Amino acid sequence: MSDKKKENTALEEVTSGEYKYGFVTNIDSDQAPKGLSEDIIRYISEKKDEPDWLLEFRLKAYRHWLTMDEPSWAHISHPPINFQNIIYYSAPKQKKKLNSLDEVDPELLQTFDKLGISLEEQKHLAGVAVDAVIDSVSVKTTFQETLKKHDIIFCSFSEAVKNHPDLVKKYLGSVVPYTDNYFAALNSAVFSDGSFCYIPKGVRCPIELSTYFRINAANTGQFERTLIIADDESYVSYLEGCTAPMRDENQLHAAIVELIAHDNAEIKYSTVQNWYPGDKEGKGGIYNFVTKRGLCKGHHSKISWTQVETGSAITWKYPSCILRGDYSVGEFYSVAVTNNYQQADTGTKMLHIGKNTTSTIISKGISAGRSNNSYRGLVRVAKNAKNARNFSQCDSLLLGDKCGAHTFPYIKTGNPTAIVEHEATTSKISDDQLFYCQQRGIDMEKSIGLIVNGYAKEVLNKLPMEFAVEAQKLLAITLEGSVG
Amino acid sequence: MENTKKTYYPLENVLIKHFTEHAVEWEQSDPPEVTSQRKGAMDYFKEKGFPNLKMEKWRGTDLDAVYQEELTVFDEETPFDKKVDEIFECEVHGFHTRMISVLNGSFYSKEEAKLTVSPNGVIIGSLARAQKEYPEIFEKYYGKLPNHIEDGFKAINTAMARDGAFVYIPDGVELSGDTLQLIDILNKPNLAVNTRNLIVLGKNAKLSFLHCDDSVNHHAGLINTVSEIYLGENAELELYKLQNINDETALVNQVFIDQAANSHVKISMLTLNGGLIRNEVSDALNGEGASCDIRGLYLVDKEQHIDNHVSVLHNAPHCDSNQLFKGVLDNKATGVFNGFTYVKKDAQQTNAFQRNSNILLSDDARIDAMPHLEIYADDVKCGHGASVGQLDEEALFYLMQRGIPFADARMLLMYAFADDILKEVSIDALRITIEDMVKRRLRGELSICDRCVLHCSNPEQPIIFDIDLSKI
Repeated sequence: MSDKKKENTALEEVTSGEYKYGFVTNIDSDQAPKGLSEDIIRYISEKKDEPDWLLEFRLKAYRHWLTMDEPSWAHISHPPINFQNIIYYSAPKQKKKLNSLDEVDPELLQTFDKLGISLEEQKHLAGVAVDAVIDSVSVKTTFQETLKKHDIIFCSFSEAVKNHPDLVKKYLGSVVPYTDNYFAALNSAVFSDGSFCYIPKGVRCPIELSTYFRINAANTGQFERTLIIADDESYVSYLEGCTAPMRDENQLHAAIVELIAHDNAEIKYSTVQNWYPGDKEGKGGIYNFVTKRGLCKGHHSKISWTQVETGSAITWKYPSCILRGDYSVGEFYSVAVTNNYQQADTGTKMLHIGKNTTSTIISKGISAGRSNNSYRGLVRVAKNAKNARNFSQCDSLLLGDKCGAHTFPYIKTGNPTAIVEHEATTSKISDDQLFYCQQRGIDMEKSIGLIVNGYAKEVLNKLPMEFAVEAQKLLAITLEGSVG
Repeated sequence: MENTKKTYYPLENVLIKHFTEHAVEWEQSDPPEVTSQRKGAMDYFKEKGFPNLKMEKWRGTDLDAVYQEELTVFDEETPFDKKVDEIFECEVHGFHTRMISVLNGSFYSKEEAKLTVSPNGVIIGSLARAQKEYPEIFEKYYGKLPNHIEDGFKAINTAMARDGAFVYIPDGVELSGDTLQLIDILNKPNLAVNTRNLIVLGKNAKLSFLHCDDSVNHHAGLINTVSEIYLGENAELELYKLQNINDETALVNQVFIDQAANSHVKISMLTLNGGLIRNEVSDALNGEGASCDIRGLYLVDKEQHIDNHVSVLHNAPHCDSNQLFKGVLDNKATGVFNGFTYVKKDAQQTNAFQRNSNILLSDDARIDAMPHLEIYADDVKCGHGASVGQLDEEALFYLMQRGIPFADARMLLMYAFADDILKEVSIDALRITIEDMVKRRLRGELSICDRCVLHCSNPEQPIIFDIDLSKI
């Protein structure tokens, strides 16, 4: 029995790590008044000096949003969100346009240092080009010169609207239309910035592109938009990371990510999501309602989503692939960890439309504390999608007896040549595995850490190297506390 | 949230009108509790009406065509004139059953056999009679399950059902020897019937029960059945459901099971034909050590639609459950499978498995599979799987390579696919009959029999499997 007790204590320690990105940076910010109305949308648009067509797009989305109801089907519960109590635009104050990194607010640079993404360092080390978004506005994009050499466009969304309006106009809303869902409509109305990326024909992007999102100001919501276009025969690997300060009230994050892959193109999109999850009593934290979707437009195109979800009070997120091109490939790898009172309802949609399309779904859920962790996924094979192939595996690991793990797969098959398989298991860490580790002299705490990491390995392996290290650490912080 | 319902479908109007006209009359014969249940359910129905495609549990099953019909509500007893056998001609060789029947929604038998009590205390007969003659049993169990007005069909059944079968097996009694067979039949055109069955097994009781849904004509109709089944400690139930109704009738069949500790339930749902069938089984494992094994096989073609909803609720620790559903869909047939396993907090040491496999044979057949798990306890072993595919090409090649023609090889493989379900039928005579029926069904020879599903037009004639396996 004492062993059992020890195991429980170990589990408790393992599941009680603190959030270490919870600091607030004192940067002056420019804010819109609270609330949402057509005036606010006009205000945002004006602030950003936008063309008329974009304002029109926002207003259409807003008017549509007014007719919609908040979705209630997800396995999450939260008090109603007061959309009039949110500041929809907040930007770090900038006196003038920055010419070099030296002019960036030193507080801001420190913030990024603390986050482990030193913009300064980035300049010297080859590796990752970063577009950093604080609150609503993109503050700095690094590595512009290298990218320019390859004609790659990687900039903030506002810059793209100014410098490449045709591209933005052509692709904005083509994968996630503003009518798509409640939060997508909201985002389309009030989105403030985000990242834009265009990889021209035949270019293999030489460095990893990355966006770092941070919510800093209080009472604000963050509504960014990412649009990535990979033209014929191009390749890009894109990383996204996010953190937020610790605050007692819930903050809303409703983003849209649209990916478009043309013939033979490949997009690899990786996310390490670590928004503030709330404290141990479930107070505060980010509501993360995100619409992410990729369109495999061309033949032999490939879109791969990898996500490590450790943060947010509520995660509502279904990175999806529309496999329209023949022979296109969709992949989804996910580790979702929930602790304390966190709730996650996450999964994917794979829509097989073209012929000979394949998709793979690997989802690993880990629940601890009093959290609820759901996988919700749809695999749909359209009537003409000949020889579609899907394999899904969704495993859940339960740490503790007060949490929940749920699996809600939907399989809709309309073509007899399709082969669709779904497998799922739910279990706790097996005593055999623990015994095996301990027998070899590894103590209880380390054993649990080892097993959890091993369990998630399949997905972590899919992350680019720089992120894999961070993700492993994150997993350690979220679950393992002092345990290595 | 749904708004209060303003416009009604024709069928809803018919049902509401019938209720309004008869409520006072029913109130006089019903116990007060039943009256208030009826009223509550009717209020719900008036507000929500029948389920629609937007409801999570009704996605993929469109009953709109049925709602548009002005069917006749029928809840009268049919006077006895012919023996049951003459109407149904049900015969399985070497299979002895004790047969009871529900005709057009009401219990059908000679007046004196409406409710029989055996010396060992077993009561079998009409639910309406049981309500009068055994109020203490009736009131203890009737309508006690928590989710009896979860949707429009359950609500309208609770509001309007007045008869059906009643089976009571007292503590320690095993209904040995014969299987109890209930035949549910429609023989009049355009009926909407609401039937309610109540089956109670006491401690250590044992029952083997065969429930056939049949129709004996080709007119459209709607059968809405709710069965409540209670199992005491250590009780054992084997339930077979055989469905072979015409292509015009819609059957909504809902079974609720409440299991006490160490009780065991085994269900086989075999759907061989049916215009539109919706089966819902909700099994609550409420006592430690209870277990259930729910299997289903559906073979549908033409424009038939089959919807199986199975939910197993693990409310107590140390329970085991298994769900296995297999289906073959041809032509324009469509199917839905929704398996749901719920493990309550502290229901530790649970083993729950769920599997759904489907074979699509034509370009227009469609299947939606939703195997869902909701788990709130950590010391559990739960798994689920679903697959949609075709017959194994390699196996097909293997057989053809050995000289078996394509059609036979395909049949053989389909038969093997179905065998997982068939082999669990433990009554030999019944299994052999069902196996034959499946073989004929797969060959396309068994469409709707005009009479009972178990009746073979020429029972003496053995059914020959095309391939002589001994020569392979």
